[in-house]
Amino acid sequence: MDNGKGHFETLIVDDEPTEGVVGSASSTEALCALAPIGMLTELTHRCPLQCSYCSNPLELERVNKELSTEMWCSVMSQAGEMGILQVHLSGGEPTARKDLEEIVSAASKAGLYSNLITAAVTLNRARLEDLAKRGLDHVQISFQDVDAENAERIGAYPGATQKKLDVAKWVTELGLPLTINAPIHRQNIHNVGRYIDLAVKLGAQRLEIAHVQYYGWAFLNRAALIPTYDETLASIELVERERERLKGVLTIDMVVPDYYAKRPKPCMGGWGKGFMNITPAGKVLPCHAAETIPGLEFDNVQERKLLDIWLNGKAFNAFRGTDWMKEPCRSCAFKDIDFGGCRCQAMAITADPRNTDPACALSPYHGEMVALARAEAARPAPAFIYRNPRNAAQATKPAEREPALAGS
Amino acid sequence: MTDEIKSAERLVVDRQTKPHLPTYLKLRNDPGRGRWVLLAPERVLTPDQTAVAVLKLCDGQRTVEEIAETLAEEYSAPVETITTDVLDLLQGLADKGYIKG
Repeated sequence: MDNGKGHFETLIVDDEPTEGVVGSASSTEALCALAPIGMLTELTHRCPLQCSYCSNPLELERVNKELSTEMWCSVMSQAGEMGILQVHLSGGEPTARKDLEEIVSAASKAGLYSNLITAAVTLNRARLEDLAKRGLDHVQISFQDVDAENAERIGAYPGATQKKLDVAKWVTELGLPLTINAPIHRQNIHNVGRYIDLAVKLGAQRLEIAHVQYYGWAFLNRAALIPTYDETLASIELVERERERLKGVLTIDMVVPDYYAKRPKPCMGGWGKGFMNITPAGKVLPCHAAETIPGLEFDNVQERKLLDIWLNGKAFNAFRGTDWMKEPCRSCAFKDIDFGGCRCQAMAITADPRNTDPACALSPYHGEMVALARAEAARPAPAFIYRNPRNAAQATKPAEREPALAGS
Repeated sequence: MTDEIKSAERLVVDRQTKPHLPTYLKLRNDPGRGRWVLLAPERVLTPDQTAVAVLKLCDGQRTVEEIAETLAEEYSAPVETITTDVLDLLQGLADKGYIKG
């Protein structure tokens, strides 16, 4: 990254599980030696929207299992003490928690830079103002599409668009920085350019063109979501042109879909390296899809201190560093750059989390994965399986829905 | 929905610019790691000593010229060199949306 003529290193502390903490190797190393710099807290799995691209697990956490206010406040203060710098308040929909105000106060008191990741449809101005007063630092609002009708079909929430536009306006009026999150897939990829116009019009500082990553509900709905290779490439080229034009006006971050990649993403910036995730029930995960990997044991903040979990937790040490790697990762020149890609994707596609992420061209499963993506994208999109409790019950019934690839 | 686009403009930093950090940017000492960090939306910037010295003077009152003079005095360095360096540094930050003027 170019960073102001050598006076700065920039690290990206994205909430997307694919990015985690990225920056130059040396500065990430130095910053994360003692503690992660970013933490994603999924305060609840409740959500008024039902987006099929959600990366939450299929098994949604029940309300009565959610952590108490006191426990979340303790998590915030422990995070500040151990040196975590940024916290993403996410979900589900974080504003579904009536005690969000207290959690934000605790984050602010702990010196954390707080980022509210919201669908915004249930937020009113008074509440937003209160959150800002309590020290909320940044608001990210998702827009399911720029066309209201399609957006409301994707999120299954009538009237969502106008509410989001209202909240976006209040955010900038209150002097808070605004990020627009654009989850991109085959049913809205034609609107990437208009998303950029929308972000500028709303006075956002940042736009995330977040091509859907296929975990959780999105994996289940992949055929309804995955764009063609050509559409994907065109969207990436458009963003690159627009970035240049909007320099100093709008920062555009892009998460690219890795099914069409040649090299895997450095998932989470490396397992247990710079990022941690806490589920609504308090389980501490190295990434937010980690529960899909069988055999990992996760500690809970109700039983163990956060710092102890980070340093000594079994799940964090399972894929830390490079010792766990098999070939072709083990002898690969890029192993300290991409860390073999994503463990959860290796699990989902190859049934072994130690395998090279099949997004990597060196993986024996790569050809099959690309063929699968191209074939799905070429067929008409099936109906969405919306993310809601009824479908969750259906989807988590025994019997795996998709057999793993055989490899070649 | 996107018919009237706001005409936001890129800030071009010159000697008369009075730079300041937007309120949502936090320059914070990070004692655990013995360094300063600049916290921004989904970013952590790690400024070096020079950058910290410059940022601390970006109060929206002083011009780039005045900032450079202050630093030149403090570090006994030629003011022209410092000015060039400060302009470069601030333009880089402005292009990321981290400096307003």
